[in-house]
Amino acid sequence: MTTQPVETVDASAGVEDPVVSAEGVTLRFGGVTSLAGVSVAVQRGEILAVIGPNGAGKTSLFNCLTGVYVPQEGEIAFRDREGTAVPLAGRKPHRITNLGIARTFQNIRLFNALTALENVKIGVESRQHTGPIGAMLRIPRARREDRDSDKRALDLLEFVGLRRNANRIAAGLAYGEQRRLEIARALATDPQLLLLDEPAAGTNPAEKADLERLIRRINTELDVSVLLIEHDMRLVMSLASRVAVLNFGRMIAAGTPADVQHNPAVIEAYLGRSDEDGGDDASEG
Amino acid sequence: MTTEPTPMTGSEQGPSRTNAVMAWSRTRNGRVLGACLFGALVLALMTGPSGSAQHLTAGVRGSWLSTHVIGFLIFGVVLWLLIISGSRLRGRVQPVTEVIAGVRERALVSKPVIYAGYAVALLIAILVPPQLSVFWQQVLVSQIGIFVLLTIGLNVVVGFAGLLDLGYIAFYAIGAYTAAYFTGYPDSKPGHISPLPVHPPFHLNPFLVFPLAVIACIIAGVLLGTPTLRLRGDYLAIVTLGFGEIVRITINNSESVTNGPRGAFGIPHFSAFGYHWTLSLIPYWYLLLTVIVITLILFRQLENSRVGRAWTAIREDEVAAAATGIPTLKYKLMAFAIGASTSGLAGVIFASEIGFVAPDNFILINSLLVLVYVIFGGMGSLPGAVIGASFLIWLPNVLRDHVPPQDRFIYFGALLVVMMIFRPQGVIPSRRRARELGLAEAGVGGADALGGSEPGAA
Repeated sequence: MTTQPVETVDASAGVEDPVVSAEGVTLRFGGVTSLAGVSVAVQRGEILAVIGPNGAGKTSLFNCLTGVYVPQEGEIAFRDREGTAVPLAGRKPHRITNLGIARTFQNIRLFNALTALENVKIGVESRQHTGPIGAMLRIPRARREDRDSDKRALDLLEFVGLRRNANRIAAGLAYGEQRRLEIARALATDPQLLLLDEPAAGTNPAEKADLERLIRRINTELDVSVLLIEHDMRLVMSLASRVAVLNFGRMIAAGTPADVQHNPAVIEAYLGRSDEDGGDDASEG
Repeated sequence: MTTEPTPMTGSEQGPSRTNAVMAWSRTRNGRVLGACLFGALVLALMTGPSGSAQHLTAGVRGSWLSTHVIGFLIFGVVLWLLIISGSRLRGRVQPVTEVIAGVRERALVSKPVIYAGYAVALLIAILVPPQLSVFWQQVLVSQIGIFVLLTIGLNVVVGFAGLLDLGYIAFYAIGAYTAAYFTGYPDSKPGHISPLPVHPPFHLNPFLVFPLAVIACIIAGVLLGTPTLRLRGDYLAIVTLGFGEIVRITINNSESVTNGPRGAFGIPHFSAFGYHWTLSLIPYWYLLLTVIVITLILFRQLENSRVGRAWTAIREDEVAAAATGIPTLKYKLMAFAIGASTSGLAGVIFASEIGFVAPDNFILINSLLVLVYVIFGGMGSLPGAVIGASFLIWLPNVLRDHVPPQDRFIYFGALLVVMMIFRPQGVIPSRRRARELGLAEAGVGGADALGGSEPGAA
């Protein structure tokens, strides 16, 4: 019932190599417990989906992982490629991004008055070093870094299929394009783990298919682990190597998509308990 | 003058002509006419020959049909005609304005045209001032030049980084008093005066005070910013307002260090390579112009750099900026410190040019005026900062000759009100800011409904 990583056929199979792991994370707002002892680990190279009804605590989990909220209890650790564990508790969001965790937002948060290119450049530039004096004097390093960030940003726009829209204002892009631009901006910070908060929300079927391909390519071509919050079950089932289910701030199930689909606790969480199988209490939240 | 329509139940009996007038007065045109005439009357009263607080109508009493009042009423009617025929007029001049807009748009993206424009502006700034009267030279040097520099600095804080700073003038004071301190003499030979009761063990030329003032202002900016920049918007504004007043009052009360309200006097003029600046104004103008031009060039580079983009990101969405790896507090501090040090430079030049500074130079209204110049010129726009400060300082001075002196700031205020209603983005808005404003008016939150519109094109 608890976090019992059911091994998958991925590269990570059999090896415990979490890129980020949370142990017993509890987050309260006054009397409201948003997360209650959640333990979850994203293995390097996998796509882990977090599902659950509205208000289950999925976005709260994201906010804890990215430093927006500081959980009252529990440990969160990031492990870099060498395997050194870095505790994340109390770290500022920008430091966590610099470590290698990038995210998108449920309600798209782009820099609306900037062009698509500038949005992505800001992400690339979070890894650069030119200071204000160097920028004022436009020293050679500043010019070089500016050229580099232009090139990298254009490459990323190409990757997400927005190359032709590079000089359009972010707010002027279509909804699906904005979603992809936000992903490009997150990728620009050179993450090892990408957190996607309902990337398919509000997109049409064609955009959804594009998105599915894009997430898969991010995972395989760019070698970025993905933690995905999504309500679209078809997308989850086809993309995720493992699925974790949250309900009322607790992890009620975790495993392969097929396992989770048939887990009685999950069915109960989504559909409610029916009288016939009332005795089936395979899982207590 | 205009009333909301009331149910016409009992008044059908009245004369039909009155009814028709009443009904017409409730139409849009009628209301606009009423508003125009009311406005004209208020203006006539305000600008009357001897208006006073005790007798508001003194200026027109006894002569309601004076040419003064009639003139303003005609003005009101003309304004009304312009407004009601506005749409038709607009349709007729549309082709012309479109051509102008097209030319302007093309000119603004062509580099040679922009550089030619800057060159012409610079030539004017070099060649014209020597021809001006002493009065205007005085205005140019001790008001426009200094305040343009201040406005450019505040533009970094407010325009680039989006931080509302109402205590900006405090850094100007710190710069000025730094100059007063470091130009003091340690000995008391004849001709060696110390502007303050305290003096350093060495005497410095004001030029050498520049870096010290910059450092002092950066330290002050960081000291103020570190605890306060976690605050947002209005809260930051209040804290900085308090800071500005604290600095001024501290200077005012620390008699043994700052001479208190008597101020620092005898601050020496600049000198370099055997050349000595004196009371004559034009050399000071060229000094200011040099500093302004250098600052403008540096800030332009800054705006289009990694740092400038990070500021824009913070201004637009701080959470997203942090999630994109931008250390928001560090960048806000940076903006604060850069703005503060520009203000410090202005303080040094001011102190040395006038030779005398007192706490009265650093009152709250000066902070607010600099903010007004930034907003009027166009937030985030460097040419806007120059134009905004220059124009708004020029205006009250030119009005001095044409209207009663106590009325000058009524025109100033009216101009600001009109400006904010009809052109809130400022005289020369920055492209990014204009877009933001356009998006805000369209109620953006990243809605795809904006797909077709091209905000910022206007």
